[in-house]
Amino acid sequence: MKDLSSRAGLHVVEQEHLHHLFEGLKGRGYSLVGPTLREGAITYAEVGSTADLPAGWTNEQDGGTYRLTRRKDAALFGYTVGPQSWKKFLFPPVTRLWQARRNGSGFQVLDEGQESPKYAFIGARSCDLHAIAVQDKVFLQGNYVDPVYRARRKGVFVVAVNCGQAGGTCFCVSMNTGPKATFGFDLALTEVLEGQRHYFVAEVGTELGAEVLQEVPHREATAAERAAAESTVARAAAQMGRTLDTTDIKELLYHNYEHPRWDDVAGRCLTCANCTMVCPTCFCTTVEDSTDLKGEHAERWRKLDSCFTMDFSYIHGGSIRASARSRYRQWMTHKLATWIDQFGTSGCVGCGRCITWCPVGIDITAEVRAIRESKHA
Amino acid sequence: MAKRQPQQAMVAAPDPMLPHPYRVRRVQRETYDTFTIELDQANGVSGLPFAPGQFNMIYLFGVGEVPISISGDPAQSKALVHTIRAVGTVTKPIVRLKRGDVLGVRGPLGSSWPVEEAKGSDVVIVAGGIGLAPLRPALYYLLSHRASYGRVALLYGARTPEDLLYTHELEEWRSRFDMEVGVTVDAASGNWRGNVGVVTTLIPWARFEPSDTVAMVCGPEVMMRFTVQALQERGVTAENTFISMERNMKCAVGFCGHCQFGPTFICKDGPVFRCDRMELFLWKREI
Repeated sequence: MKDLSSRAGLHVVEQEHLHHLFEGLKGRGYSLVGPTLREGAITYAEVGSTADLPAGWTNEQDGGTYRLTRRKDAALFGYTVGPQSWKKFLFPPVTRLWQARRNGSGFQVLDEGQESPKYAFIGARSCDLHAIAVQDKVFLQGNYVDPVYRARRKGVFVVAVNCGQAGGTCFCVSMNTGPKATFGFDLALTEVLEGQRHYFVAEVGTELGAEVLQEVPHREATAAERAAAESTVARAAAQMGRTLDTTDIKELLYHNYEHPRWDDVAGRCLTCANCTMVCPTCFCTTVEDSTDLKGEHAERWRKLDSCFTMDFSYIHGGSIRASARSRYRQWMTHKLATWIDQFGTSGCVGCGRCITWCPVGIDITAEVRAIRESKHA
Repeated sequence: MAKRQPQQAMVAAPDPMLPHPYRVRRVQRETYDTFTIELDQANGVSGLPFAPGQFNMIYLFGVGEVPISISGDPAQSKALVHTIRAVGTVTKPIVRLKRGDVLGVRGPLGSSWPVEEAKGSDVVIVAGGIGLAPLRPALYYLLSHRASYGRVALLYGARTPEDLLYTHELEEWRSRFDMEVGVTVDAASGNWRGNVGVVTTLIPWARFEPSDTVAMVCGPEVMMRFTVQALQERGVTAENTFISMERNMKCAVGFCGHCQFGPTFICKDGPVFRCDRMELFLWKREI
């Protein structure tokens, strides 16, 4: 993604003109994916036009709770993040890595190469942009590069949306990941509804974003419109449902591996792995080698996995992390502490999904608070 | 404005998940369940350069892949050597392969024993069971650069005499005047007349200067824990003690997350670790 473009300033796009953005992107060969209403939640799927967006819907989220409710207005992006994240597209849950065919006493690997659609992400929130950057570090910036992620990541067009309200489990402010998107987008939109007016304040992030914006009727934003956008985002920042004190969090967790709070969580955690599935940065996978019945054709598949599974750490006849206590501890200390040593940032972006989608409502911010308030070391 | 092509062509960077074919040259039985396999590259190019302590992911067509330490001589690049214990779905068929059969190899992977940094010091190698396999390349290196090191001691323990690896080589090493070899077994039947006891019982008697010794330890975790403790009791520092750790591995290139041990990925930050760097996590249960 290129650096911030030379086009400074903010623009205004009226709501009735937004569909030009969709058409412009489709005309350039992008597959648009964005929020849609299905199966009782707002999830990411293919979107063809603004009509596919969940206009007039919002959500209420809390520990173990997600409810869709109607808004009084017709906002297109008036909700917070749902159970899915963009990793669904960048890092497909099930992928074939290669196939091989038996060849005498040997075998020949048929390198697939990686074909992938050219995506445009519509409505990416700041927390999720940070999550994408976190996964970029994991898959693109280490000693090895993951070709599947790289092929899908290249050329993604991002239309970010700055949140106008916070969810009940959001804590991006604590993690310094929002609510305003500051990088990683081609265009960023802030939706404003004032009286009869419904418009978007648009910020250009890249030259490509500027080019695409040319296809959408727009004009420079007035000072009043800019202020309206800023207060929309400030309102979201003030409404955060949760907070997490990240002061010295790495040392806090490194020195409290035997804290009694882990037993407390273990009494509640079902090791269902929901948190790892909804988390936008969790990346653990498993590799499966298989063959056909004749033993002539073999395939290697990669599938999303979770450190909560019973055999994730299986070796020499048993699992290193057999207890629920150790598995919850592994997930939380990886996300908030060891991730920092591994990749230079926290693994948590404060999206709150793990709190919302935990069937028993375990709250990572409350767990940290409990350890901090009665720490041993 | 030109349309971007929807398909991205594969760039030259190699795919780290693709195995390279190697042909079996020889399978040699070491013990009732452990075999040493020598491999050549299937395309005729010989061997694979590696550093002692590194491992490969060995793939058996259609069955699966396992991480196995390289157990051969790093100076001799003609064949790739692995010592494999047959314990499961993948390793049991591997040790039954014949000359000419093909395996897939990905590697070499991981960190290595500090054979360069140990120059000028005494070296004590403590191995438990199959832990001697990943240490053998380090020992070969030390012996082919013998003048660069002080005293060299190999302390080796196995569960029973039938579990001892490389018995011919042990005799050769024992016959040298420039290294000390101590061998012990945990338990023995009537014919054994050698040492009986865990390998840590050899440590107080081995000849090395603790203040200037590099220790390299490999074996079951409980053995490594007590060995490191016994070495520290003799005065070897944690900064000079190196262990080789193991965890479940799927990708072995730092993506799948299975091999995490505290903040490290054993596949890329290990398997060889310096003990002082791991103090917060070492020997803690279920980490």
